[in-house]
This record gives sequence, C-alpha cells and structure tokens, in this order.
Amino acid sequence: MSDILLQLDGVSMQYGRGETAITALAGIDLLVRRGELVAVMGASGSGKSTLLTVAGGLTPPTAGEVIVEGHWLSQLSARELATLRRRSLGFVFQDFNLIPSPTALENVALPLELDGWTSTKAHRPALDALNIVELGDRAQHFPSDLSGGQQQRVAIARAVVGGRSLILADEPTGALDSTTGELVLRMLRSRVDAGAGGILVTHDARHAAWADRIVFLRDGRIADESRASAVSSLLAGSPA
Amino acid sequence: MSVRQSLLAILNQGPCYGYQLRSEFDRRTGSTWPLNVGQIYNTLDRLERDGLVRKADIDAEGQNYVEITDAGRTEVAEWLGSPVVRTLATRDELAIKLAIAVTLPGVDIAQVIQVQRTATMRTLQELTRTKNATTDPESSEQLAWLLVIDSLIFAAEAEARWLDHSESRLARARAAGFAAPLPLNTEVPKRGRPAKTVQAGA
Repeated sequence: MSDILLQLDGVSMQYGRGETAITALAGIDLLVRRGELVAVMGASGSGKSTLLTVAGGLTPPTAGEVIVEGHWLSQLSARELATLRRRSLGFVFQDFNLIPSPTALENVALPLELDGWTSTKAHRPALDALNIVELGDRAQHFPSDLSGGQQQRVAIARAVVGGRSLILADEPTGALDSTTGELVLRMLRSRVDAGAGGILVTHDARHAAWADRIVFLRDGRIADESRASAVSSLLAGSPA
Repeated sequence: MSVRQSLLAILNQGPCYGYQLRSEFDRRTGSTWPLNVGQIYNTLDRLERDGLVRKADIDAEGQNYVEITDAGRTEVAEWLGSPVVRTLATRDELAIKLAIAVTLPGVDIAQVIQVQRTATMRTLQELTRTKNATTDPESSEQLAWLLVIDSLIFAAEAEARWLDHSESRLARARAAGFAAPLPLNTEVPKRGRPAKTVQAGA
C-alpha cells in the first residue's frame, strides 16, 4: 500500500472568465503521506480554503489532478466521488458543523450510516472514535450540552471514524480559546501519528507549528515551505 | 540582571556552593540558558561585595558554602514584587533589518519577510515538537521547563504575527504609493553639536 494519501499535481483554480477572472490556485504540487500533518498558511485570499475544498473533492480544479489514496478524482463519477469522500476523507471546520438534534455518538456514526451501515453496527466504531478523543463518557450528550472544545473533538472523531485516513481541517481552532485549541491540535496530531494524514489550514502560527511541514501560499502559489527537523537543536528537552 | 537575582533567590532557600548553584539554576529553567561556573563565581563575588551574601562554612569535601544576608533577602523580596522592565534600548535586530531594508532600492521586502517567516516557523515547529513530548507537568521541574518553553513559543508566535502584519502594512503602503526607497540625503549633517537656537522671547 502506498503511503501517499493525497497528491495535488499542478492544481489550478480559477473563478470567472476573461478580464474579471480570479486565480485562486496556480499550479500547486503537494503530497501528504501517512503520518504527516501539513499546515497551509497564507494571508486572506491567498488560496488556503480553496486548496482544502479542491483537495477534498468538493470542487473540481480548473486544471491539474487531485489524487486521493490512488484514485484520480477527475476519473470518478459523482457517485464514486461521494463514496470516496465518505470513506477516505474527514472534514473539520471552524464552527464544528455538528447536527444539533442527534447525540454526539449519532453525529460520529452518521458518515458510516450514510455509507449503508446499520445504526447498531455503526455505533461501535463511533464509540471507539469518541474514546480516542476522550469523550466516550459524553456519547449520549447533545452538541448543545458540550463545550466548544468538546464539540470540536466530536468533529475530529467524526472525521476519523471507520478508519478514514485523510483529515482536512479548516481553522479548526478558530472558535476556541488558546488552551482548548491546543488540546484539539494535540488530538489531531495524535490521530496523524497513529497513521492518518492531514491538511491543517490556519492563520495561527502557534497552531501551524504542530505540523510536520508548513507551506506558505501567496497569490495561489506555494511561496515557501518550512520542514521541522527530526530532532530539535534548540533545547535540551524535557526534564525527567 | 536576572542571573544575579535568580542566584540570590535560590540562596534564600539555604546556603549553596558554586557548582550546586549552577545545577539549581539549570534545573529550574529547563537548562535553556546554561551558566558557566565562571559566571557563577563572578556573580557571587559581586553579591558579596554588595553585602547581599557572605561566605559560610566549608564542608568535609572542601566546598565553600555561601549564605544570603538580610540585605540579600530584602533584594529577593523586591525582585519578586516588582515587574521586569524591558527597555527599548535593547536593539531588535530583526526590526532594524526590516526598517532599513524597506528604505533601500532594489530589495524584495516580501522575500525578506518570507525568508524570516520560514525560519521563525521552523523554530516554532521545533519548540512545539519538544513541548509535545510532555502533556501535563508531573514535577515542579517540568512545570518550570514548560513555562520557559511556552515563553519561547509565544515569542516566536509574536514574531510570526508581526511579520504577517508587516507584510500587509507593506502591501497597503505600496498601494498608496508610500513604499518608495529613500534616496540618500545630500544635505550632509554638520559635525559636532547642533547650533543653539535662540528661543523666541528669550
């Protein structure tokens, strides 16, 4: 099995035509491997969110190819694309996007049920996913009974439920205070360390720093990239 | 200076000898700013000169202990009770570099900013990775270390935010036509003191 989860190959995205056309992405090449978290930073309008919607198969690019777990998205029918999105991709948004009337457990089980699982069968992996984000004891709570940080952890559980391996997160800590945001990133990081992969779009430098690689977008192009070295040369490390 | 007060504050817990003070300082600050023994003895000499510590016993191993005086205790209390004042006199190398660069012709400031941002983010990544190894502190040494690493993380974050801000300020200034390089001033400033100007009514 290839360890490449996502490949963007010369991806461009243009809105409109002629003189009023806006280029949101211009020839982006990007790889996300298993166990790798890639942060995308850039000023407003640099193309960050467009990159995420294109990578997630929500919008087809105007040029180039998006390949998710070996599947060329341009070759898939609408039905196949929807199936791939349900089985391989998990989205995490700034405003959590949980459905208010079902419980936390039912929210997490939903992608599996949409994929044809029975409710009973879907609840087992959904509970496993909630346990991973340390919210197993809140499974029967409704989103309105949970804090912002807990709701975002439910959203992360939903993004990884049933072995989905590519997490696409758009400002997931934008609505959270600093300490809660850090907890959510720690969860995201641990899912990636356990074998998932992810893209984290953020304007927050301290949060982007949780990634293995940070790509900087400017005017729809990758302007630069920062890659953390395996061993920090800055500090002696944690005292025992 | 904080080393002087830190050593004095440690001595406020009980008499110490030089090497011991060094390791006490290191373990309380996560070994982030290691001190050499020479610095310790120089500092102790000055503290003794100022009447804040005095020589105490020599133990069986020949270690020279130093103990704090009443004046030293007062200084520790004052240090803990007053804010650390950061003066603008400390030159900020990066702020100076950008300020000068923005006035020069033929410099791609956006690139200068991006090169710095990449370096700052790499520092931030490495600090975060180091910190990530510790979830919650399990000892007061770890707690002290986390406070130090958090401080470095927030400082690097502030630098990254300032770079973002500078980039958008630059873009706005360019759009408004205020980002032209500064030509050299041909009116050479006169040497020596400026001439006294007579105040009106004097």
